[in-house]
Amino acid sequence: MQSSIIGSSAFLRFLKRWGVNLGIGLVVLVTIIWGYIVNDKVTVAVLASTVRQATPLVLGALCGLMGERAGVINIGIEGQMLLSAFIGFLFNVWTGNLLIAVFAAAMTGALLGLFLAFMSVSLRMDQIIGGTVINILALGLTGYFYQAGLVTQGKLQPIALGSLAEIPLIGPVLFNNPPITYTAIVLVLVVHYVLFHTRWGLRTRAVGEHPRAADTLGVNVYLMRYANVIIGGAIAGLAGAFLTLEAVGSFERAMTNGRGFVALAVMIFGRYTPLGAWGAALLFGLASAIQTQLQFFGTFNIPHQFIGMLPYLLTIIVLAGFVGRTHIPAADGEPYEKE
Amino acid sequence: MAENETLALEIRHVTKRFPGVLANDDVNFDLRRGEIHALLGENGAGKTTLMNIVYGLYSPDEGEFLINGKKVEIKGPHDAINYGIGMVHQHFMLVPVFTVTENMILGSEVTSGPSLDLNRARREIIELSEAHGLDVDPDALVEDIPVGVQQRVEILKALYRKARVLVLDEPTAVLTPQEAEDLFQVMHQLTDKGVSIIFITHKLKEVLNVADRITVMRRGRVVGHTTPKESTQSDLASMMVGRDVILQVEKGAAKPRNVVLEIAGLTVEDERSIASVKDVSLQVRSGEVLGIAGVQGNGQTELVEALTGLRAARGEVQLDGQKLPFENPRFGTEHGLAHIPEDRHKHGLVLPYSLADNLVLCTYYQKPFASNLQRNDRAVDRNAVELIERFDVRSPSQYVTAGTLSGGNQQKVIVARELSRPISLLVANQPTRGLDVGSIEYIHNEIISMRDLGVAVLLVSAELDEIMALSDRIAVMYRGEIVTVVDAGQATREKLGLWMAGLHPGNA
Repeated sequence: MQSSIIGSSAFLRFLKRWGVNLGIGLVVLVTIIWGYIVNDKVTVAVLASTVRQATPLVLGALCGLMGERAGVINIGIEGQMLLSAFIGFLFNVWTGNLLIAVFAAAMTGALLGLFLAFMSVSLRMDQIIGGTVINILALGLTGYFYQAGLVTQGKLQPIALGSLAEIPLIGPVLFNNPPITYTAIVLVLVVHYVLFHTRWGLRTRAVGEHPRAADTLGVNVYLMRYANVIIGGAIAGLAGAFLTLEAVGSFERAMTNGRGFVALAVMIFGRYTPLGAWGAALLFGLASAIQTQLQFFGTFNIPHQFIGMLPYLLTIIVLAGFVGRTHIPAADGEPYEKE
Repeated sequence: MAENETLALEIRHVTKRFPGVLANDDVNFDLRRGEIHALLGENGAGKTTLMNIVYGLYSPDEGEFLINGKKVEIKGPHDAINYGIGMVHQHFMLVPVFTVTENMILGSEVTSGPSLDLNRARREIIELSEAHGLDVDPDALVEDIPVGVQQRVEILKALYRKARVLVLDEPTAVLTPQEAEDLFQVMHQLTDKGVSIIFITHKLKEVLNVADRITVMRRGRVVGHTTPKESTQSDLASMMVGRDVILQVEKGAAKPRNVVLEIAGLTVEDERSIASVKDVSLQVRSGEVLGIAGVQGNGQTELVEALTGLRAARGEVQLDGQKLPFENPRFGTEHGLAHIPEDRHKHGLVLPYSLADNLVLCTYYQKPFASNLQRNDRAVDRNAVELIERFDVRSPSQYVTAGTLSGGNQQKVIVARELSRPISLLVANQPTRGLDVGSIEYIHNEIISMRDLGVAVLLVSAELDEIMALSDRIAVMYRGEIVTVVDAGQATREKLGLWMAGLHPGNA
């Protein structure tokens, strides 16, 4: 009797929490199947592009949510991505080794994470200012040191996962991707597991909700915050590496183009959960992919600037509609001071 | 040596200095196994500081600890937990969006491999709660459970970590009288099982009821040891405050005159449009105190909020013969209504503002504090200096923010602001909640002297003693309705208790 009441209320709570997202997911799914029936080639192209467009967004969102779950707001993701993209690119030019380049990009992100953690945890600076510092720093450094004419030494190529890649529709979309895209999907699952099923995750969330409570139970608040922000930074670094080493193959000024901020929208839309963020990133990725397709085909007589707005328009709608309705970690953005 | 073995905890010569304050001055304290040792003192006497030192949250400047006769060093909460010390803080240390189980295991997680083993934890918690008769639902979210149950979770949290010494910091401050009784039973059950309890409080009656021994602190020092058998409430009060305290409010007979507040058919709906005040009619006369007794949550808050303009309502309210509009707080303040709100942080003060600014919150736009668009800082300052002096607010200056003061002094700031204006009606809701004996005495005297000056006073309190001490007439509220109104002389604790439980006077 009692369990059925609890069961149904849990179901209702689930619906209330995820209903909108599930609805959107359903609409998208139906559209995809319909699209595949009408025109399979274009549909596969759009979806494959969706997954890749989603990659830097979901990586950025993972970075953001690790920080915020631990109580540190990170609006410097854009900067972390940009500088990492640049350093990764430089290492590729110098060494010609893509693996070293990716590693260098991730380390750059982690280092900027350390810097952010130092500013917000140790110096107890305003975290919005701290993030802005990183954004401006990255923009300035990359703009100053970038030289045109640096020649890249190749980029990461798609790896087909054997017979999995042969499955119609799903195969080419999910199982024929370059390494960072695969890594992003694995990281979503790993971060989800860590956050909700391990000791580390419980402590991280506690530190983001009620640091003093965690402190009184012997949890090291500063350590948890530092570690999450640094690891998050490394993940944002991967997003940067994706841009220069996997997607484009070279560096351009300000090439992140607001993706770090869109990643924040993705994080909020995904309600600070990795799986939610993945779903949200795919939605944004889809918007970008459709946008590219529309421009490519020129089917509609709309100026391409307007079509290009699509992902950013979606960001505004999402932020306006969802920010107030999500539970934000209670101690998010608040420096903790031991008494 | 033999005597040492009976001591669960011994604190020797602990001194702790904060900038400008000597919070603990050479404090000695000992706790026998299986006893309830009350640590009594006013707010700011250093009780909580001492316990935070024991729990490893502060490090002492001097002093040492012995647990079961052995000297130990406590560098952080982690050490304290390992030595079997558990603490239930005054403000609960629970994560609201976590389940009871998650809160319980945080910091001492049970795992299988890298994963949390929530099922095992849940089983352990159910066993533990059954063993101690502390009923909790391990899957409930903490934000969904009542305060009394949250406290149970806190106690279980300590027991889960195998605490043998339990520190309870002002545990009854957030509880209803009934919940407090339940807590005392739990405390006795625990001591029967060999747990030793340090019970921090400033409530004298509780101490005399539950403690085995009593240590009194004042201004960072231990000023006395006693037992409930050897002392009375007034002995304890004078030890706490350092002078004789008159616990009984001295007041003459009331001389009620004209009706100041006339409430007729007042109905207030809460957020879910359920009527929380139902068709209430009351009169308060100049020169009398009308007390509203009732268990918390029976519509008192909504009644007061409607009267003070903070909440929409239906019905007719007249103040000094003038219709009082709803949802217009300024009308009230401009027509002689003073309000001491229930929640002084939320409705009484702007904590990040200076005392000077807080003291003109009702009048800042009037002369002499403002002329046209300009604010007159000098007048605001002068007003603050004068009121701080007159109402004995203990503060370094009028420029410090209200948030830095102790609860008693914050309340004095509110009282100063409200009572220094020309008023005809004072609405005081829980005016002494969470205050120490000295401040309570002060505020009670202020209320009575207002009455004697001809102000009509509407007093709402969940403390029956306070209602009985101050009121000339008592109205009992139950589920939004006034059960009865009686003269204070005819009311006894027993009768009031029955009416508060909803029994009608005719049936009682």
